[in-house]
Order: sequence, then structure tokens, then C-alpha cells
Amino acid sequence: MKINKFVIGGLLILGAVVFLIWNAASSTSEFFLTIDELQAKGPDIVDKNLRVSGAVLGDTIQYDPQTLTLTFEVAHVPADGPDIETEGGLAEALYQATIDPSRARMTVVYIGVKPDLLRHEAQAIVTGHLGADGIFYADELLLKCPTRYEEAIPDQAG
Amino acid sequence: MIANFGFGILLVTFFVTVYSAVTASVSNPKGLALVFCGIPTRQTRLIADWLEKRDNPQQSAALVESARRAMLLAWPLLTLASGLLIYLLINNHFEVQFVYEVTSRSMPTYLKVTAWWGGQAGSLLFWSWLMSAFASLVTLRKWDRDREFLPWVILVLCVTLAFFIGMTVFFENPFAQLYQTPAGVEAYLIQPADSILFTPEDGRGLNPLLRHPGMIIHPPMLYLGFVSFVVPFAFAIAALITGRTDDRWIRITRRWTLWAWLFLTLGLVLGGRWAYDVLGWGGYWGWDPVEIAAFMPWLTGTAFLHSVMIQEKRGMLKHWNMLLIILTYDLVIFGTFLTRSGVLSSVHAFAQSAIGPLFFGYIVVTFVASVGLIIYRWGSLRSETEMTSLLSREALFLFNNLLFMSILVVCFWGVIYPLTSELFTGSKVTVGPAYYERANGPLFAALMFLMGIAPLSAWGHSTLKTLGRAIWKPTLVAVVITAIIYTTYTQNVYAIIGFFLVAYVILVTLYEYLRGARARQKSRGENIFTALWNLTGRDRRRYGGYIIHLSMMLMAIGILGIELFQLETQGTLEVGQQKSIGGYDVKYDEIAQFIGPDGREVTRAVLSVYQDGAYLGELYPRIDYYFDAQQQMTIPGQRSTLKDDLYILLVSWEPASATGATFKIFVNPLVNWLWMGSLLFLVGIVIAAWPDKEPERVVVRAEKRIRQASAAD
Repeated sequence: MKINKFVIGGLLILGAVVFLIWNAASSTSEFFLTIDELQAKGPDIVDKNLRVSGAVLGDTIQYDPQTLTLTFEVAHVPADGPDIETEGGLAEALYQATIDPSRARMTVVYIGVKPDLLRHEAQAIVTGHLGADGIFYADELLLKCPTRYEEAIPDQAG
Repeated sequence: MIANFGFGILLVTFFVTVYSAVTASVSNPKGLALVFCGIPTRQTRLIADWLEKRDNPQQSAALVESARRAMLLAWPLLTLASGLLIYLLINNHFEVQFVYEVTSRSMPTYLKVTAWWGGQAGSLLFWSWLMSAFASLVTLRKWDRDREFLPWVILVLCVTLAFFIGMTVFFENPFAQLYQTPAGVEAYLIQPADSILFTPEDGRGLNPLLRHPGMIIHPPMLYLGFVSFVVPFAFAIAALITGRTDDRWIRITRRWTLWAWLFLTLGLVLGGRWAYDVLGWGGYWGWDPVEIAAFMPWLTGTAFLHSVMIQEKRGMLKHWNMLLIILTYDLVIFGTFLTRSGVLSSVHAFAQSAIGPLFFGYIVVTFVASVGLIIYRWGSLRSETEMTSLLSREALFLFNNLLFMSILVVCFWGVIYPLTSELFTGSKVTVGPAYYERANGPLFAALMFLMGIAPLSAWGHSTLKTLGRAIWKPTLVAVVITAIIYTTYTQNVYAIIGFFLVAYVILVTLYEYLRGARARQKSRGENIFTALWNLTGRDRRRYGGYIIHLSMMLMAIGILGIELFQLETQGTLEVGQQKSIGGYDVKYDEIAQFIGPDGREVTRAVLSVYQDGAYLGELYPRIDYYFDAQQQMTIPGQRSTLKDDLYILLVSWEPASATGATFKIFVNPLVNWLWMGSLLFLVGIVIAAWPDKEPERVVVRAEKRIRQASAAD
């Protein structure tokens, strides 16, 4: 009898937690895709919650401070560890992505403050949705510059 | 030269700690035999028999002493190695790869020193240095009553230390130097054939984002917290191995745990403050995997702090406490790796680092071994009393623990969700801050509710009636306060629930304080202030704990304010133009660009702030561009009051164009309460953790008397 009470209480909490996780995850989760995967999915993916990573192409960055509209293109980079390793690390993979014209590319539009880290060869992780026009409308923009930490070898001086 | 010397010292330290760990473990053949008995095969049986025969107390004591002295060597050695590294950092020895990566000529000296923990290799050394200091401190305590713990405590501390130093020596060496070989420039520990030392002209400089007071203190705080949790873990393992599974290990490590928790909490808060001041997105916490990695040991540590009280008072939950401290230890190791490894901010990246698999391996091995020990000692960890009432203090503590674990599960699930979803559905699915907020929100609310009833419930047995009698007064006042908030401030449902809980918990806590003081006033004729003072002094853990509860509520006010009522606007203004938000009028006066002293170009705007026509002052949001690191930083202009923060970011300004400057303006209501709460937290925990002058036993008795008085009230 005495034990039962606590078992029921524990099960209730467990049930509540499972429900909370399921509920929160199902309504807020985002598909994490590379640009290749995104383009392979075609129109089904329009308007779903997405998170896409790509290499920023520096020449394409445009910012209109009047409307705070930021537009730039990203090129496909692999998302899996081993694939990145075969390309020689994240910094190298990003570099390869920016110089390879055959890579799939995607235009991103973001309204807001231009992040400090947005620059050529940075890895952009954008969260938002793909419009029917093929442009990615980002609600959130995350940037990583692996070169800041990883590139150990200085340019040969003198 | 110096770098080679430093490398040599690290290598020596590594061998010293390995020696210490090995000596400590062989010093007590009987204890070791017990461990082997746990594995029921013929071979282990034979080993156990052999070990049993080799028991020799005299030799054993000598070996333990040898291990202890070896461990004491680690701190001076690591201090020397760290000193050498700091020397290299200050004196611009850019031929050392680590120095090249984290400093530059234009950095001021104090920043060069703190660059010690600005990169992975250095921060691993820093971690080891702190760990060795704590290991030395542990051996300084009086051991007479706990001799049998000593070798095993040394073993755990030295295994941990050896693992981290090993990482530093073999994988992430801060003393590796750059050499020019025919193939190019590469970092090596030992000079390769036909190569010359390569010295770059200037270093790349510490990431400007890290050049902030918050970021200078934040990692050491977090690390202090991480490292001091290793000590209770070491004692827990010692208790399991020796079979002395009463609450002695908990009593010994009580203060360690509290200090660990203090540092960890401060580390988290400082990290939040840093994000708020430097990252320029108007927030303080983004549910990033790195943040969660530091948050998870805090959750298990907090649960542990609460549940050890149950073991001390009622002799229950012994398995659970062991499990909690083991989890905390492994989460600390996980957090250490994840928080300071630069680029690694997702689980995917985690596996890419060379030392990632080693860390995972270490975590798995220590976890499995520790849990194996719990199972081996399962019988002797049985509870001494049984839990009977759902509303008793111990049951409510148990629920509190379950809630902390639930939050941990939510966080952990969120971090690994991309991996599990890919495994089971084939497509990678991630979750963002919204997931954590939605799933954790109700759990945090439930925790607050428990915080409001647990202090009023009695140990052993409580009914709705007794609890109701204690609770109705604060509840009534909280309802009134909530009604006032509802009519004057907000009708937002979540905010109302949140503010009700905050008011309720604060009232219950103050009420409980007052009741205790009144009882003293009556029985001893003290005036109210003396009574409050003595009450706190008599049972510091309890009343310090209440102050911590209060501080958490202040933080909750801040979090509710910024999460639910944050306002933002953005726009481009020309000089003289105004923008209004949340009752403030902000006028753009001027902008200037100049070169700062430490190699940065500063673009600084001046804005005047008015409220209802009254002039309040000027704000100076700015953009700093660091030449060495080629990175810009957006520093907000802030005006803080208890009611809200006005937080202005300068987004962009082109000197050539005449279009004006673009600003983003936030109004963050109540966020200051978050920082005030953290100061009060400091007060509470210092009260709770301050070392006792009186011997432990006397204090325990006094505690019981007061508790009975208040429970019987």
C-alpha cells in the first residue's frame, strides 16, 4: 500500500515528463538539413520548420540598414563528421564549398541586425522556412568561424 | 627552451599522478580483493585470494603515505608549468602555438595572463592546476577518523588528474612549438629533423568576444565548480569501496559540495551576464548545447544537495545519492570538454575532435565502474527508515529530486535529439530554445511550488490538514499580491502563475523565518533582530538555504520579466531624430569614430534618453573592430533600473553615407532582479557553507531541537 502511493506518484511525474518532452519536441522541432538534402526534398519541405547549414559566400552579402534586410548566399557543406573529416576539417570544408562553383547554393533572407561574425567562409546555420520562391527566410541566424580557433598555421612571414 | 622545459614538467607531473594512483590502489590489498570478489569468476576469485594473503598493515601505511606525497607534488609542479606558460604568454613567445593562437602584441598584460584559459590546451592545464590544488587541500584535512578512505580518495583524485594531464601532454599541449619544415609550418612537441623554429611576427589575439571581465572570471568560476565536485565524488567512491556506506562521506564533503555549487552557480550567472553585455542579442541564455553542458551538472548537483539531507536526517535514498554524485562527476567531465573547446557547439562537432572519443571513453568507463560499485554494495545501502507520507518533508524532497532529474532529462534529450532522430527516422531533427522553454517551464513552476510547501511540512508525517494550517496565511497574502499585479501590471496567464508562485515562495520563506525568530523571542527573551541572527547562526544550512530560495525567486522575477515582456524595435535614425519604445524616447545626437588604445577601431554613438519629457541621461552603444582578430563586437548602451533595462545596440553606420545610423532597441523589464538575485544567492550560500567552529555533533543536535520547535508550531 505504502509503496504504491509513491510508485503512482513517480509514474505520474514520469508520464508528465514524457508528455512535456513529446509535446514540446513535436511542436518546435526543426529538420536539420544540408542544402543538397533540402533541394532533393523538393516542394514538400516548403513552410516546414527547418535548420540549414551552409558556407557563406562573402561577395553575396548585402545589407540594407534602412529595412534591416540582410541577404546572402550559402553553399552546400556536408553536415556529418566523417564527411567533413574527409574534406580536411570544417575550415577546409567551408573553404572548398566557397570555391567550388558546382555546389548547390541557396539565397537566405534575414531581417534584423547583421551579425558580427557574418563573413566569407563562415558557417551559417539558419533557422526558418523555405519559401515557395526557393528563398530561405531565416528567423534565426547562427554563425561559426572555425578559422578563428582551428587554423593553427600562420601565413609564412618573410 | 622554456616551452620544452614546460613540456618536461607536464610529463613528470603525469607520471607522478599515475604513480600516486597506482600506489594508492595497491596499498590496500584487502580492499582491492573486495573489489575483485564482486566479479564472480574463478580468475578474479584467485586474484582476490592472492591479494588477501598479501595484506600487511605496516607496508600498506607506507604505501599510502608515498601516494599521498606524490599527489602533493602535483600542485607545485603544475604551478611551475603554468607559471612558464604565463611567462611565454606575457612575453609574446609566438613560436609557441598556443601563445600564437590566443595573444597578440597589442593585448594588455592582464589579458595575456587570462589568455591562459582562453583556448582549449591552456584551459585543460588550468583545470588540472585547480584540480591539483584541491587534491592537496583534501589531504590537509584531519584524517584520523577516516584513514580507510584516504587511499581511495587519492586514487580517484589522481586518476582524474592523470586523465586531464594526459590529455594536455599527449593531445592538447600548450607548449607545442611551430617549426618550419620542408613541408610547411607545423606544430611539434619535439623538434623534427631538418627544421627550424618558426616565430610569427604577431599572434592572432584572443577572440575579442572573450575580452570582457565577465568572460575573464566566468571560466575560472565554472571550473572551480566543476573541480570541487570531484572531491565529493572521490569520497563517495571511497565509501563504496571500503564499505563504510553510512553518511560519513556526506558529512565530510558537505562543505565541498556547497562551495562547488556556489562556484558553478556563479559561473553560470556570470556567463549569462557576459552574454547580455557582449553578445548583443538582448538575452542572457540561449539554450545552446554548450550552455546546457554546464547546466546539467548544476541540476544533478542541486538535486544532490537536497537529497543528502534526507540521508543525513532519515537514512534514506542512499543509492540515489551515490548515483547523483556519480552523474554529477561525469557531467562535469562532459561539461569541461564541451564548454571550452571553441568551435564545438553541437554534438556533431563533438565527435570530430581527436580528444572527443577519449573523453567519451573516460566518461563511459568511470560511469560503468562507479555504478558497478553501487550494485556491489547494494545491500549495505538500504534505507534505515521507510517513507510513509506523501506530504512529509522527505517525500517532497524526493519529488524535488525527480523534478531536477526531469529537467536534466529534458535537456539531455534536447542535446541528443538530432542523433536519436537520425538513428530512428533517418532525418536529422533539432530543437531550439522554444523546446526547452516549453518543456521546462512547467517543471520549473512545479519546483517553485515545492519550494513553497516543503519548508512548512514536517519530517516523517504530514497531512493536508497540518500542512494547510501552516500554509493558508502566506497563500492568502500571495493571492492578494497576485490580484494587485493582475489589475495593475499584466494579464498574461504565464506571468500571473509565475508571479503568484514567486510571491508565495517569498512569503512562505519569510514567514518560516519569522516563526523561528518568534519562537526564540518567546523562549529566550531575545529581541527580534538578535533572534533572527541567532536563528540563522544555529542552523546555517537551513536558513542559508532559505536565503538561496529567496534569491532564486528574485532571479525568477527577472527571468519572467525579460522572457515574457521584452520589447524591441529597430530602425535607422538621422542625427536629431527620435524613436519611442516602452515609455522611453531615444534621440540620436551624434556619432564618432576613433582608434582605441588596444588595437581596435571604435564607432561610438551618443543618444539621449527621455521619459515623459524628462531627460534621463545619455547612452553610448558602440561597435569595436579589432584589427588583430579581424572581428567586430557590438557593445550595447544600457540603462538599468529596477523596473526595466533600456538596451540599445548600434547596428550599422557607414561613414560615407548620409543615411544615418541603424539602432536596435530593447526594453527588458525586471531583468535587473536576475543580477540582484545572484548577489543575494552569494550571501545565502556563504552563510550555508561557512566552516563551523563548533564540532559537528553539537550542531546536529541543536538543529534537531529547533526543527522540532518549528514543526510543532
